[in-house]
Amino acid sequence: MLRRRLNRLLGGDERRVDSRTICVGHGSCSAAEAFIPPKFCDNRVVSSKYTVWNFLPKNLFEQFRRIANFYFLIIFLVQVIVDTPTSPVTSGLPLFFVITVTAIKQGYEDWLRHKADNEVNKYPVTVLENGQRIRKESEKIKVGDVVEVEEDETFPCDLILLQSSRDDGTCFVTTASLDGESNHKTHYTVPDTEKDLESLNATIECEQPQPDLYKFVGRMHIDKNDQVPAVRSLGPENLLLKGATLKNTQKICGVAVYTGMETKMALNYQGKSQKRSAVEKSINAFLLVYLCILVSKALVCTTLKYVWQNKPGQDEPWYNQKTEKEKDTNLYVKMFTDFLSFMVLFNFIIPVSMYVTVEMQKFLGSYFITWDKDFFDPEINEGALVNTSDLNEELGQVEYVFTDKTGTLTQNNMEFIECCIDGFQYKYRDASSELDGFCVTDGPVSKLQQKAGREREELFLRALCLCHTVKLKESTERGQGQGQRLFDQVDGLGVDGEVLHSTLEQIGFISSSPDEVALVKGSMRYGFTFLGLESKTMKILNRNNDVELYELLHVLNFDPVRRRMSVIVRSESGDTLLFCKGADSSIFPRVRQEEVERIRMHVERNATEGYRTLCVAYKVLSAEEYAQADAGLSEARLALQDREEKLMAVYNQVETGMSLIGATAVEDRLQEEAAETMEALQGAGIKVWVLTGDKMETAKSTCYACRLFQRNTELLELTVRTLEDGQPSREQRLHDLLVDYHKKVVQDAPPVKAGVSRSWSSAGQDYGFIIDGATLSMVLNSSSESNSCSYKNLFLQICQNCTTVLCCRMAPLQKAQIVKLVKNSKGSPITLSIGDGANDVSMILEAHVGIGIKGKEGRQAVRNSDYAIPKLKHLKKLLLAHGHLYYVRIAHLVQYFFYKNLCFILPQFLYQFFCGYSQQPLYDAAYLTMYNICFTSMPILAYSLLEQHICIEVLLDNATLYREIGKNAMLQWGPFLYWTLLGVFHGLLFFFGVELLFCNSALQDNGQVFGNWSFGTIVFTVLVFTVTLKLALDTRHWTWINHFVIWGSLAFYVFFSFFWGGIIWPFLRQQRLYFVFANMLSSVSAWLVIILLIVLSLLPEILLVVFRNPRRPNPRQKKPAQSSVGGNQSPRSSARPLLMRTFSDESNMVI
Amino acid sequence: MVKEEREIANRPDNTAFTQQRLPAWQPMLSAGIVIPGFVLIGLAFIGIGVALFVTSRSIQVMELDYTGVENSSPCFRCSDPDVKNCMCQLDFSIPSLFEGPVFFYYGLSNYFQNYRRYGVSKDDDQLSGDLDSFTSPSDTCAPYEFDGNNKPIVPCGSVANSMFNDTFKLYQIINGTRKQVPFDGKGIAWWTDYNVKYRNPSVTPLRNAFNGTVKPLFWPRPAYELDTSDPANNGFINQDFLVWMRRAALPDFRKLYRRITEGDYARGLPAGDYSLEIAYNYPVLSFDGRKKVVLSNVSWMGGKNEFLGIAYLVIGSMCIVMSIVMLIVYAKFKFPEEE
Repeated sequence: MLRRRLNRLLGGDERRVDSRTICVGHGSCSAAEAFIPPKFCDNRVVSSKYTVWNFLPKNLFEQFRRIANFYFLIIFLVQVIVDTPTSPVTSGLPLFFVITVTAIKQGYEDWLRHKADNEVNKYPVTVLENGQRIRKESEKIKVGDVVEVEEDETFPCDLILLQSSRDDGTCFVTTASLDGESNHKTHYTVPDTEKDLESLNATIECEQPQPDLYKFVGRMHIDKNDQVPAVRSLGPENLLLKGATLKNTQKICGVAVYTGMETKMALNYQGKSQKRSAVEKSINAFLLVYLCILVSKALVCTTLKYVWQNKPGQDEPWYNQKTEKEKDTNLYVKMFTDFLSFMVLFNFIIPVSMYVTVEMQKFLGSYFITWDKDFFDPEINEGALVNTSDLNEELGQVEYVFTDKTGTLTQNNMEFIECCIDGFQYKYRDASSELDGFCVTDGPVSKLQQKAGREREELFLRALCLCHTVKLKESTERGQGQGQRLFDQVDGLGVDGEVLHSTLEQIGFISSSPDEVALVKGSMRYGFTFLGLESKTMKILNRNNDVELYELLHVLNFDPVRRRMSVIVRSESGDTLLFCKGADSSIFPRVRQEEVERIRMHVERNATEGYRTLCVAYKVLSAEEYAQADAGLSEARLALQDREEKLMAVYNQVETGMSLIGATAVEDRLQEEAAETMEALQGAGIKVWVLTGDKMETAKSTCYACRLFQRNTELLELTVRTLEDGQPSREQRLHDLLVDYHKKVVQDAPPVKAGVSRSWSSAGQDYGFIIDGATLSMVLNSSSESNSCSYKNLFLQICQNCTTVLCCRMAPLQKAQIVKLVKNSKGSPITLSIGDGANDVSMILEAHVGIGIKGKEGRQAVRNSDYAIPKLKHLKKLLLAHGHLYYVRIAHLVQYFFYKNLCFILPQFLYQFFCGYSQQPLYDAAYLTMYNICFTSMPILAYSLLEQHICIEVLLDNATLYREIGKNAMLQWGPFLYWTLLGVFHGLLFFFGVELLFCNSALQDNGQVFGNWSFGTIVFTVLVFTVTLKLALDTRHWTWINHFVIWGSLAFYVFFSFFWGGIIWPFLRQQRLYFVFANMLSSVSAWLVIILLIVLSLLPEILLVVFRNPRRPNPRQKKPAQSSVGGNQSPRSSARPLLMRTFSDESNMVI
Repeated sequence: MVKEEREIANRPDNTAFTQQRLPAWQPMLSAGIVIPGFVLIGLAFIGIGVALFVTSRSIQVMELDYTGVENSSPCFRCSDPDVKNCMCQLDFSIPSLFEGPVFFYYGLSNYFQNYRRYGVSKDDDQLSGDLDSFTSPSDTCAPYEFDGNNKPIVPCGSVANSMFNDTFKLYQIINGTRKQVPFDGKGIAWWTDYNVKYRNPSVTPLRNAFNGTVKPLFWPRPAYELDTSDPANNGFINQDFLVWMRRAALPDFRKLYRRITEGDYARGLPAGDYSLEIAYNYPVLSFDGRKKVVLSNVSWMGGKNEFLGIAYLVIGSMCIVMSIVMLIVYAKFKFPEEE
């Protein structure tokens, strides 16, 4: 993409203009001027990285660009070039293994990406060419092509709408997968063009691609044969975006203006950056330490070697004379090669095979997520999907969850739940039970089977039917036959079972607000059906199947400050009525107070249950009143200045003295177990932020429903509305509020143990914070430099002390901004984003872990996520069980690897002091090579795949357990130091134990003596057994696989040693180990020393475990021994990752 | 139907493995297990330790340094590198019966047989009787690959070149007469070294195989004359050679020279005066080394080594102490997990 951009910048510089010119349909446009068709990118979406041809070189290059691989390559080359103690095979073989495994994995992953790309790129579309409809693959669309899209299809690229099947030249689209708004938006054809596309001869001039979804500027020149070219301006209302879906319109035709990677959708995705887990950063820090140890070891040995050689007779004793070449070599060169040799000798301390094992662990481990049948959703018939296996352990480290609302927390499915009329509760129970569908519940309010008076009932239902801006969906009589659409497109829930007129059954409603649709539908269930609006007349079918007509006089539009809307209608009888509905807080002050109390109870109860409540009021306008209102409205509408304010004044004046009829409760159905999931997450110490493009009210009620906001949560609002209250300047108000909130939340808050601990029943006040997109951008881009920084900090501090933060009216990129802000805040917490739509992609990509929900809004989120799950509820198990286990497993894996290589190499280092610093290896080359590959790799791999130190059920039940591993607890310096000291202790023990034994090397009962290889073999045997048994000691979950692998690798070691020493290997220069192992086993002393050292090494470990026990209340929750060594609050390492190396696919392409 | 099948195909396998529900043993190291375990380990270790300690104590060892650094040493004269073919004699007495079989070791100190360059300086092919390697020894043998006339050295390399060449004779002095103690030179090297790893070329007589080669520079005799009396102990399968070729692990080492298993001395060396006659050839003073002979008998655990016995005793008693401490700790905590 970058390259393409560069090309555009460099290559096309002579025509580097701010606009592009497109020739509609590639016709013979603009014959007058010499028009060179500019080259635009094709409509191909590329996310794959390799092709068959460049795979090998490119992959190798990428792999060796990683410092770790490069390091091993260097070691290998040193071994090849310099005379070193070990043969190049010892490091070449593992390196080759690593490179191969990684290449295979990356190849496979790229193959999957190719497949996914093809799915999109080969999607068939219809293109009009020379009047013929041609089926094409999506990727072949060129800029200027006229594309035909049918209902419910997504647009394959950004199109200018030319022609719609609707009469009025409009079409409806839903941009749910782009910005999360699932309502229908109306787009318009370019005027005068819709007649005949074939003869249309036009060019479009429009701006170069830019990511803002809501901005588009262009011009269309229409050449008519005889006339002067007509020019039409194009705006965002003419542009259909790739990724949006056509609704309620049979088909449209449009001309492609932006294709492929230049579409607004593609531009809205940031490149998929390489994600690295915190564990990997720890590994890099540890590697740095080990590298220092390695270098210092080599330096110490080199120095001592030359000090020692200075003593007379030691440099070149007669029995060990130097070769001519050695004598000729310069001293400094010799020193340098000696240093290199020591490096090579000790290089095993940095475990090559750790990468392979970590790699395999992640890759194989991720299958447990895929395989988990709890993640299987029979509805969509799919389970979880793992796109990157690199982040498994990050799932156990999450501190912040950023969740989308629409489609993630909620099902985006409004349903009318109940209403209350004059204080009597009406709950809709079962659609098919009664014709009128009315059931009166005996709730706490209406203990008796009471109903409000029929008149009030009908008034209320009329109000619901009239007070809205719902449009009727193009009904079935037109165009297609009846019964074609059994399902309503707006929301699938149904009136299907209801016995009404068959035609009415299929009525679909469209509205900018799904609530209104739900209300209209609700009233339909109760017998009042809205039949549509025709030339200012609203038709209603009442319970008696009579049609009532109302003349719509005025609509007093909804706005977020007033939080209500009204209509003024005139009934057939000539009464002028005002119906008003709105939020309780905005209605109650405007109605007669005696009516309020009865309904307030209902409203509050509904609100706490998480329903979206609206109150309905009405008022009969007398002729004078109406005349006054009408005049006022007309005047205000014509006003040129302060129109808004004037309108508002009139609205406020009209909407007074109403009488309250009732209230409604609409549920945006939450996802299954959304509340439980959120509760579990909060119990785990995770902070949940809701980022949505939706309205504040809607989002807030969802938060209540999900129990993110509790009844006692104090809400701090920082929205456009609060900013406009009173204060003259927004800036000032923002500043005041921020400071105020900060004081309240941060400074006055009782000193809680930072962040982690938060209990539901705690005495401390819970705070919820609400901010909207506009305010957020004010906070982030505050005009004055100094302020913006402090605002940002204030904002962050407030948010971090709130239990829940709700950000509404967010643009996709703003969501990412928020995530980035938190991600880079102090302590760099681990963030997780979860969403289902294309509007969430940017935040999914930005967060440490991105989770896609396989929802209804397309697959963009899933494709860009790291993990995809079918439902929100699966997040709980994914984090609490899988994440926790993966983290513990990999943390243990990493520590164990460093440990086992430290005690592997330490004896070899110590041996240098006894062999004249001659780089004599203690172990045979076969052992050096096989130690990490064969003898000790499988048990830890099995452990890191199967270990459940706490069983899954317990993890799911006790969310607090998740906190124990927070902040990378097992990979802090404390535990690392513990493991390192353990490694040193074991290494010292192994070497000096055997060294003391070898004071008298006659260890057999026949008086024969053992040599140096026997020495090494005894140390190695102790080493392999101790290291394996140490792991066995840490294993809390012994499946048959663990048994098999642990005892199997010990058996394999014994078998291999016999085998290796039992044969004269023709390819070996020196038969060093011939029968060494068998001879060792024939010595009782060797047996005894092996047992002694193993027991001695493991005893402290056992003691530690035992002494830890009594303080643990529940042994089932016991953590592995090292867990509590590192404090929770110890600062994270800030060391620059040295050997950074991930196996992740850092794709440089987007999407 | 089709849908159902697809569903089955998509649904994850419900096996114990895929659902991470494999039956598992979940061991808990509780006090109930650990304390008796420690007691048992402690007792067992103390038992072994006592046995080792007693055994080790019963092993008799006699070390005689004959480097000849001090003026008083009978071998002082020989320590001068200019003196060739020097013989010296070391007299000592054994106060009580030195139980047999007695093993006769020679020991060197500050001698780095584990030096890397030294260690690789040999050619295993040559030593397994491969005649091709006789004419072109492996280059690892440098600087003892070819002699000044560019003739291949067989056996090549530093290890072979530096073979220990002091010889010893032990006499018991009975009433002023010297009675030679018979040495048994068989079975001092590993069986596999003698029978498999090292082979003479299958050429008879052996010396023909060495045509065109030269003996190692330091050697007084070529390889095929190492033991002319016994063809089974000659050439590369000479046991002294084999013992030398197995490199010692540490710079202070001893190697088996002979066993005393025959005749009157099969039961051991009786108390009395002995005289050790040494053909002093091997220079060690240039690198500050020491030479010694060691007479020792062995037990089932090999030569004398106090370390093992003491270590077992210490750890055994530590286990017992720890189990007592644990018992106290747990009594204090009232065994919270035993319900």
